[in-house]
Amino acid sequence: MVTAFLLRALDRRTAIVLIAILGVGILLPVLNLTMDPSSPFHVPTYVLTLLGKYLTYALLALAVDLVWGFCGILSLGHAAFFALGGYAMGMYLMRQIGDRGTYGNPLLPDFMVFLNWKELPWFWTGFDHFWFAAIMVLLVPGLLAFVFGWFAFRSRVTGVYLSIITQAMTYALLLAFFRNDMGFGGNNGLTDFKDILGFDIQADATRGALFFASALALAAGFWICRAVIASKFGKVLVAVRDAEGRTRFIGYRVEGYKLVVWTLSAMMAGVAGALYVPQIGIINPGEFAPANSIEAVIWVAVGGRGTLIGPIVGALLVNFGKTWFTSGMLAEYWLFVLGGLFVLVTLFLPKGVVGTLLARDRKKPVEKPIEDVVAPGAVGQAAE
Amino acid sequence: MVDMIQRCKALFAILALVLVAAMPARADDLKPLVDGLGKNGYAALREAVGALAATGDPAVAPVLQALGAGDLYVRKSDRAVFAAVKADGGFSLRDPLTGADAGTAGSRDVEKIRVNNAIREAVTTALGSLTLMSPDIAKRRAAAADMFRNGDPAQIPLLDEAIAKETDPGIATTLQMARAAAVLKSEASDADKIAAIGVLQAKGGRDVLAQLTTIEAASADGPVKAAAQSALTSIQGTLQLWDGAQNILYGISLGSVLLLAAIGLAITFGVMGVINMAHGEMVMLGAYTTFVVQELIRNNMPWLFDWSLAISLPLAFLVAGLVGVLIERMVIRYLYGRPLETLLATWGVSLILQQAVRTWFGPNNREVGNPSWMSGAFELGNLTITYNRMWIVVFALVVFAALMLVLKRTAFGLQTRAVTQNRPMASSMGIRTPWVDALTFGLGSGIAGIAGVALSQIDNVSPNLGQGYIIDSFMVVVFGGVGNLWGTLVGAFTLGIANKFLEPYAGAVLGKILVLVFIILFIQKRPRGLFALKGRAVEA
Repeated sequence: MVTAFLLRALDRRTAIVLIAILGVGILLPVLNLTMDPSSPFHVPTYVLTLLGKYLTYALLALAVDLVWGFCGILSLGHAAFFALGGYAMGMYLMRQIGDRGTYGNPLLPDFMVFLNWKELPWFWTGFDHFWFAAIMVLLVPGLLAFVFGWFAFRSRVTGVYLSIITQAMTYALLLAFFRNDMGFGGNNGLTDFKDILGFDIQADATRGALFFASALALAAGFWICRAVIASKFGKVLVAVRDAEGRTRFIGYRVEGYKLVVWTLSAMMAGVAGALYVPQIGIINPGEFAPANSIEAVIWVAVGGRGTLIGPIVGALLVNFGKTWFTSGMLAEYWLFVLGGLFVLVTLFLPKGVVGTLLARDRKKPVEKPIEDVVAPGAVGQAAE
Repeated sequence: MVDMIQRCKALFAILALVLVAAMPARADDLKPLVDGLGKNGYAALREAVGALAATGDPAVAPVLQALGAGDLYVRKSDRAVFAAVKADGGFSLRDPLTGADAGTAGSRDVEKIRVNNAIREAVTTALGSLTLMSPDIAKRRAAAADMFRNGDPAQIPLLDEAIAKETDPGIATTLQMARAAAVLKSEASDADKIAAIGVLQAKGGRDVLAQLTTIEAASADGPVKAAAQSALTSIQGTLQLWDGAQNILYGISLGSVLLLAAIGLAITFGVMGVINMAHGEMVMLGAYTTFVVQELIRNNMPWLFDWSLAISLPLAFLVAGLVGVLIERMVIRYLYGRPLETLLATWGVSLILQQAVRTWFGPNNREVGNPSWMSGAFELGNLTITYNRMWIVVFALVVFAALMLVLKRTAFGLQTRAVTQNRPMASSMGIRTPWVDALTFGLGSGIAGIAGVALSQIDNVSPNLGQGYIIDSFMVVVFGGVGNLWGTLVGAFTLGIANKFLEPYAGAVLGKILVLVFIILFIQKRPRGLFALKGRAVEA
């Protein structure tokens, strides 16, 4: 049934996007590993890591777009799900350090030794195993989203009210994770990772594999979103977005639809966070900052909400811009640019880059967005 | 010796009545006592210190201070005592009592009066008892408090004397308590001690609690211990009440800060329905206006400094209001009816404003000073209230009242309410709705600006100032009920007091988290807030 559900969504356009994402996901690590560093085709490892980070951001943007673009729920708290997924992965990576920490304690991570804790808190049990962490990456954000959404949608909290309480949620989590007694490393978060699944996390091959995993996750996320949107369920979602009251009066249980897509979106964000952490090498409470959530929203807005390619393109464009600005002389002006983007895009480009292009080329809708999807490669070369 | 002390005491009693004019005469009589410090041996020195202290004459205080600091020297030729400082090759001598120049001496001719810890302690106690007689009220008060903390039984006669002389009722009470504390540590009879406990219990307070706890622990079983225990329970009960009052007070203080931060938002978000994420930056602009005004005043006319806040208020209102009108005209007016887009665009504006201020003034905290009438604190029972907190509470309420007046009693307020309730109808009645929109937004922003003036007094003035308030302000407005200023008032104080009551149990951060979670749950139950608007306006 799931296969049929997915296969039905696999039209030509989707297939091309999937192949493009996976193609980049394979090509860049291969170029990194096989090419001689002096060759013009060689992709340096730091570029690979940077692009891997962009891919996880793109997945986060996709998750935001699924709820905002197709169901009208503007979440200002998706960074919370992203960070929770990241923390779940970070906890697994912390356990893999074993006795190689500064204090050399085989049982406890460094920060617990530092806090004079004697034993592992109960919520750390199980994180020695990758499969357990992988389940938690999906389960923790999913559960939080389910509980939060169950309350919020049932009492019909909508629009800006929902946005504000999602922001309050991530803010509360930010404050909570800053506390040392929470047992998640407090201010410093989790870092100094060594291995993942027995492979050295710094090695080029591992980096390549992580990059491929990010591309794979993004492709899978894209496919799932595509399948959701193409299904009857997706049509109801769009109806909820455009006229929630009417949909309810027709007889659909709006809160159920919202809850499913909201939880799915949170799990996608969790996966994105889980792939982000091993590539960046640190997760700290700063990831919960409300500003991060809002930044993810602007990626979607720039790319074009209500399209699935849009958020991917937006995340890549904005983050490439951020890297370019903040690494040069213009670092001070990045916030002007970002702020300007928020204002200009909402005023003049409400459909985003992809949405606008799609609207212009309505008669030949196939070609244009796909060129944009090749952007990861283009970005990679530009970054060199 | 004893004879001499008695004589001098009597002498002092007379001399205390004769004021400054009598100084030289007194100095002559004290001189032999001061020279007594020059005798050999610590025991003799201690006796001499006691003799000086027993005069109760404030004039000997500098002598004792000099002794404690190790500045007293004795001249070998005539054993006279001098305060001396090293001066080329020898010492320049001064009379320790009057400070008059007494010539110089070679370094071989004088000998330092050495002190040990016992002497130092005697000096400290002596100084404490001396200041009890000081004509300066503040000094007497400090000395009395000091005596109470130390509770030295040896000082009881001195305390009795001071109590008899004391004219200030507050200091007299402290002296009584000091005497009671001293009695409790002495070998007095149980009846005396129980009476002393009664004196302490009547006063209550945290200091007394600490004193009584040690006494309760130290005394053997018996009527004294029982009395101490019952006094302890009673004081603890009272203290708990005071703690509650303290929490309410802190809560009101926090609530007034929240009210100030949220009140402008109650206009832009509550009345107009515009989600202004740049609201916090308006507060920040107000705070920076205060900084600039103070900077100008400091450099050009320092005597105006106490007026700096009064000058800043209208300026901050203008600056923030003007920026608000600009934002409304340039961005928000294109986005009416699209709240989510407004949210994003104003977030962008907030980033730009933050970065602009950071580029202009630098990323660090800027120093904004408190005018003299805002510094300091006063006591109310067992509560300490700082003036700046008190003025901010007053200010928040005044701003709230003024805003209410503007909205309910002026033509502009009437137009604002008309436009928000029914835009097309207001427009057809001849109200220039775009103009009203811009001015209302300007009003909300301007109020945020004057909130910034107040917050600059208690918070760090940095480019991030506004960000810290934006979530809190939204919580207050949403909790209180959108479109209802009274809701904002009640919401601000409720959240403030709830926060402060949670803090002792949960800690500051966890308390805040609990409040956030509470609001999230509360909105589920009442999506329109505490005081929801009813009728058609809700659906609009």
